[in-house]
Amino acid sequence: MDSQVKQKEKVSILYSHKTKSMVERTANIIFFVCAVVAIVAVFAITIYMIYSGAPALFKVGIVDILFNPVWAPTAEDPSFGILYVILTSIVATSLAILIGVPIALMTAVFLSEIANTKLAAIVKPAVELLAGIPSVVYGLLGVLMINPVMYKLEKWIFADDPNHQFTGGANLISAVLVLAIMILPTVINVSETSLRAVPQQYRSSSLALGASKIQTIFRVTIPSAKSGIITGVVLGIGRALGEAMAIVFVCGNSVNLPFPFNSVRTLTTAIVAEMGYASGLHRQVLFTIGLILFAFIMIINILLNTILKKGGKQDDK
Amino acid sequence: MKKRNRIAVIAAACLMALGLTACGNGGDNNSSTASTGSNSAVSSTASTADVSGKVTMSGSTSMEKFCSALIESLKEVYPNIQATAEYTGSGAGVEAVTKKTVDIGNASRALTDEEKAGGLEENIVAIDGIAVVTDKNNTATNLTQQQLSDIYTGKITNWSEVGGPDEAIVVIGREAGSGTRSAFEEILGIEDQCAYAQEVDSTGGVMAKVASTPGAIGYVSLDVIDDSVLTLQLDGVDATEENIKSGDYKLSRPFVMATNGPISEQSEAVQAIFEFINSDAGQEVIKSVGLISAK
Repeated sequence: MDSQVKQKEKVSILYSHKTKSMVERTANIIFFVCAVVAIVAVFAITIYMIYSGAPALFKVGIVDILFNPVWAPTAEDPSFGILYVILTSIVATSLAILIGVPIALMTAVFLSEIANTKLAAIVKPAVELLAGIPSVVYGLLGVLMINPVMYKLEKWIFADDPNHQFTGGANLISAVLVLAIMILPTVINVSETSLRAVPQQYRSSSLALGASKIQTIFRVTIPSAKSGIITGVVLGIGRALGEAMAIVFVCGNSVNLPFPFNSVRTLTTAIVAEMGYASGLHRQVLFTIGLILFAFIMIINILLNTILKKGGKQDDK
Repeated sequence: MKKRNRIAVIAAACLMALGLTACGNGGDNNSSTASTGSNSAVSSTASTADVSGKVTMSGSTSMEKFCSALIESLKEVYPNIQATAEYTGSGAGVEAVTKKTVDIGNASRALTDEEKAGGLEENIVAIDGIAVVTDKNNTATNLTQQQLSDIYTGKITNWSEVGGPDEAIVVIGREAGSGTRSAFEEILGIEDQCAYAQEVDSTGGVMAKVASTPGAIGYVSLDVIDDSVLTLQLDGVDATEENIKSGDYKLSRPFVMATNGPISEQSEAVQAIFEFINSDAGQEVIKSVGLISAK
């Protein structure tokens, strides 16, 4: 009698189809709620950014914000031009991608195609550790290691130039170097995963046709993993464009044209640096900068996604 | 199932009972401490709690930090005074108090003779002092006001032009919106003409950057200077509290809380505020926001 009851209890969840369907339904609801959280967050952020960023855009004038190089928010006759700031963000991100992506791609190829397991066991954790370092630490290291070197270089290059303003090494190059290192782990990890997902037959076929290992990598493996690699690059762009803490230390933060040895300010550091004491319209414009940054990242995501999809379709043919 | 439910109900009941007794105890304790607390408060600050009324202030944006700290600690001593402050700019504050639309006009500059002739009383409550600092290895020790202006506007770019080593000057300043920056530029008369090589968003950041960058120059509140940097003389005068109070060191400005007519003619609440500023607690507020006492 007792044992029978026990057995019944044991199997009740598995065999009673009422409880089973209840479990299924509850699980469904839980998954749905979790999915909704992400959507709600995206919508809430979008609405809030527009709500807090748009008023100043119209108060100051879109042209006076986007295409005006003078940033003097606290002047008697304030000017809220962020043209140079936008340019700096674009230039710094592009340069960081130009430097970072080739290094990251080569590392990913090394990890997935060339390195033996022992060597990979050293490189792989190092890359993962790089991803785990807080961005503020990158900034501090930049101040301690990159800025002094840059200052020496700056003194040597501009020794006879009376018109150059010396920045103490806090310049665009420093910011780009820090960003390039910061995007490495993102791009490496995503690229490596997609390289490993390339079917082994592709490589075997290529090798069987007489191609060398390097030829196989560049002609077969990388093109096959293209969409994954581009995803990695997109994530890298997002990270570089949105990074603030690491570069606020090393970029100098004066509003200037993005030349290599100029002290520059990006969209993110513009917000971080002045939020503390900004008030009134100045504060609203900082929110507008946030909105512009948000729009930038959205546009890049959408653009690259459509390019990716097109590429994917071509591959299918 | 039923058994379990019953156990759960009993357990819950026990917990609630416990919670209730705990709450009851807590409540008793609270009321007893509250009564003793209010007793002592009444005995020690009977006079300050009696003062009530509204005080309106408006004026300098640079005095925002000071005013909000002042209002906050004022509440502890004078709980019935409702003080509010708007930050509209020194000029607007002076104008408002002249028209008597506010009780106190805040100005982060001395009043002009014209304004004083209009019946305003210049009550200096604190002094904002700024020190000019360079890195430790600099051999320049003194700058004139003109030289300092020229350095910050980019006309002088090498320390050798002002008696220092042959080293490029790295001009470091604060971000727009900073009170120290507006004070510095205002006193030197170089508002919005500064060519900063680096804009740093905190006083500590300026100190760190100046200390670590050869040839750097920066400005910070007087109260934070330490041995990591070299503090420059201005027109041959050391940046010290005494020199600022005596008026010899020029890189300072008074924080004025102007009243229309002498303080003794103002409402009880306004008088109480000035009494508070002159008390130990008020002086503590002044120090806590990095200002120098005007006493």
